[in-house]
Amino acid sequence: MTRPAEVSAVGRVVLKDGTIVDSRGEQRLDVAMENGVVTEVGIELRGDRLVDARGCVVAPGFVDLHAHLREPGKEEAETIETGSRAGAKGGYTALVAMPNTDPPQDSVAVIDFVREQGKRAGLLEVVPSGCITLGRQGEALAPLAELAAAGVRLFTDDGSGVQNELLMRRAMEYARGLGVTLAQHCEVTSLTKGAVMNECQCCTSLGLPGWPSIAEELMVFRDIELARLTGARVHFLHLSTARSVELVRAAKRDGLPITAEVTPHHLSLDDTRLTSFDTVFKVNPPLRSLGDIAALRAGVRDGTIDALATDHAPHPRRDKELSLDQAPPGMLGLETALGVALGVLDVDLVHLVRIMSTQPAAIAGISDRHGRDIEVGAPANVVVFDPDLSWTVSPDSLSSKSRNTPYVGMTLRGKVRHTFFNGVATVLDGDAQR
Amino acid sequence: MKHLRSIDELGHDGVVRLLELTTHMVEINSRQVPKVPALRGRTVASLFFEDSTRTRLSFETAAKRLSADTMTFSVSTSSVNKGESLRDTVETITDMGVDAFVVRHKSTGIPWQISDWTDACVVNAGDGWHQHPTQALVDCFTVRQALGRDRFDGLTLTIVGDIKHSRVARSNISAFSMLGANVVLVAPPTLLPPDVSHWPVEVSHRLDEVLHRTDILYMLRLQSERMSQGHVPNLREYAEAFGLDARRVGMLPPGAVLMHPGPMNRGVEMLIDPSTLTNSLIHQQVSNGVSVRMAVLFDLLAGESSASHLAQEAS
Amino acid sequence: MSNMVMSADDVRRAITRIAHEILERQHGPAQLAIVGLQRGGAWLADAITAAIRHIEPSTNVPLGYLDVSMHRDDIGLRPVVPGAISRIDFPVDGATVVLVDDVLYTGRTVRAAMEGINTYGRPRAIQLAVLVDRGHRELPIRPDYVGKNLPTNLVDDVRVASEGVVVTRDGTT
Repeated sequence: MTRPAEVSAVGRVVLKDGTIVDSRGEQRLDVAMENGVVTEVGIELRGDRLVDARGCVVAPGFVDLHAHLREPGKEEAETIETGSRAGAKGGYTALVAMPNTDPPQDSVAVIDFVREQGKRAGLLEVVPSGCITLGRQGEALAPLAELAAAGVRLFTDDGSGVQNELLMRRAMEYARGLGVTLAQHCEVTSLTKGAVMNECQCCTSLGLPGWPSIAEELMVFRDIELARLTGARVHFLHLSTARSVELVRAAKRDGLPITAEVTPHHLSLDDTRLTSFDTVFKVNPPLRSLGDIAALRAGVRDGTIDALATDHAPHPRRDKELSLDQAPPGMLGLETALGVALGVLDVDLVHLVRIMSTQPAAIAGISDRHGRDIEVGAPANVVVFDPDLSWTVSPDSLSSKSRNTPYVGMTLRGKVRHTFFNGVATVLDGDAQR
Repeated sequence: MKHLRSIDELGHDGVVRLLELTTHMVEINSRQVPKVPALRGRTVASLFFEDSTRTRLSFETAAKRLSADTMTFSVSTSSVNKGESLRDTVETITDMGVDAFVVRHKSTGIPWQISDWTDACVVNAGDGWHQHPTQALVDCFTVRQALGRDRFDGLTLTIVGDIKHSRVARSNISAFSMLGANVVLVAPPTLLPPDVSHWPVEVSHRLDEVLHRTDILYMLRLQSERMSQGHVPNLREYAEAFGLDARRVGMLPPGAVLMHPGPMNRGVEMLIDPSTLTNSLIHQQVSNGVSVRMAVLFDLLAGESSASHLAQEAS
Repeated sequence: MSNMVMSADDVRRAITRIAHEILERQHGPAQLAIVGLQRGGAWLADAITAAIRHIEPSTNVPLGYLDVSMHRDDIGLRPVVPGAISRIDFPVDGATVVLVDDVLYTGRTVRAAMEGINTYGRPRAIQLAVLVDRGHRELPIRPDYVGKNLPTNLVDDVRVASEGVVVTRDGTT
């Protein structure tokens, strides 16, 4: 039996003295939740249990479009339960699970398994994405209609991009008929063979094989033009270069159904981090230049970038202790995303909530239950965070099963205090409740 | 000095110190019994993840001439794939009691990673395309010895060939610049790193245009796999444009010297037999290899407090 | 407090006397070689060799220098002095090698030097000449030629140069 996560055992819970931040702006109001939904918003509310939210933001729970939960197949790195717990601590109430599991998420059986494991953990909603191609091999389409019928709304081969132009065109045409979104990991792999880091001055000196920006930009350009041709909805995963942002900006100006995300690490860390030779900084796409970082931040500010997505990619210690050329790319993100975003993004809290909750929920096709304004009748998926609390990242305090965070020892400002999933507290005062 | 991982980390004074110490080692190697007890009781482990018989033998000979014990771990890439992480390997060997690791690996950065996992000294014997500091010291020492000067101000070092994939080039650019030399890189654009604008070098794509002002001509090895990767169309075309033949030797100014880190590709970058050239330093590069590595091992394992004790000169 | 225990003239006379003693002890200078220990013994070896050549102008006594730092048992505590390199460019096999140092103290430098000499060949005999023997030996080593026996405390600092020998005593002991 799964735990009935929808039912709150404690009756009416009231979030006291916080500031609601959602698409309507900021309001200093209490929020009452009961039976998994918001039942009242007002001043000086009473309830069976009062939860302190003084000095805090009360917002719709965060939605991550990009989490590698590693189950099934690589439970040594993360399980759906540990990933969910990390997500809850990061303020998330929904995670889109990337399909590069083993077996990959290209069949209804695996999709159902992932979703059920999410329900069993009961910490947030695990939203499985589906593969675009069978086995993520880039050779034949996955059963997109079957998977869509099983509830999948976002398809991606993440971990790699679909290289074949004809296959991508067919996928877009087919997806348009199903009303689903294709999310692309943009990387022309013939240009990135063996690449470890951004192609730049730093890679020149370190003698590391470079991952040129154009390998991303070529595919961004291709898919924008294919979207123009087919009318399909396309989402760009983890954009990392200035030119990619510019291409997306132009596509949006043309009215194309394009969305894009950026990760906290591409907004905060530059390619010179690799001079430490620490494999924790190896990630795909690679950390880029300060110029790219500035362009990505500007893209967030002007709305070109729709979502902040973590690309949470746990790896066990022994994998990250390989050489730079052998270590797998990827870093943790769920528990540090908010603090990093508040530190590096020059946007107001309303905009922050938009890119961490409302817009990713829309892209994931779960706007009926996530990313909704805090109003009566809305599902009680809520995050309460203190935007001014400073904390220092220590690997031992993380809930993820892995430790590959690049932010070890760094002080971040902004920390999640409470997270409620369907009205149930999954995190209270920074501690996971289960 | 705790580790020797890159020329930049060593710095100008470190380079000069090691070159000076090398003269002591050259003298020891000229003795009837070229062996001193300096590192008796110390253990040097060579950890070679990439085959390099000559570098490994050079280090092991150096260690033995200083009376250190040596261990050799020839680690094939396959054993790393068997599930033992690099860290496990290093910690296991550390537990056996070693004072220094001499490390060669096909990936950049390994010496830095290893030094995080062990208290032993780490000597970089080549990491990926990144650094090969002892080769650069060998090359600087060889030029110093041949030209009889400590500084290279006014000299032009021309490095020819596959700069992009060359750790020897990267270390030599740093070391020779530190000693005052001008450095010119000659290669087709496909064999240059993506952006060298921050390096203290001049770049040319035509060897014939720089030979007349070259004092030290440094030919790099071209690996045949570069063709399959599309860096050069074929070896004939490369040899034509960048190979050293008698005509090009004739274009060098009098007194210019020739170097090559070995092993040589005859018929590719070397179209003449360098042993017929009076100005070739290639044999000296090999014979100085042991002396330089003795200096490095001595400095790491016995010279830690040297700097601070300079005042306490022997009485 | 500092105390000059040998003047420049004392040093010069001691060198001349040592040169005579060395020659007397050999059966002719044929197989004789002088080796100064880097760094303090080098100038003294120069001076003794010059004196020998002055006394026996017809002979050519070979002169060399030995850096013992690679042979020490306290490696790392003593620096390798830049430029103070070994130079022994004559055959050591069968020769009587006179090691020359300025001050004989614990004997460890001399032990290292005897070992060092052996890496150049096998001498018929090794002898030792010092300007000052200050005692406090830690090894069974005894000089063959001594400029001056100088009882000292362990804390004393003994400075030797051609201008004289100065002992500096810390405090009032």
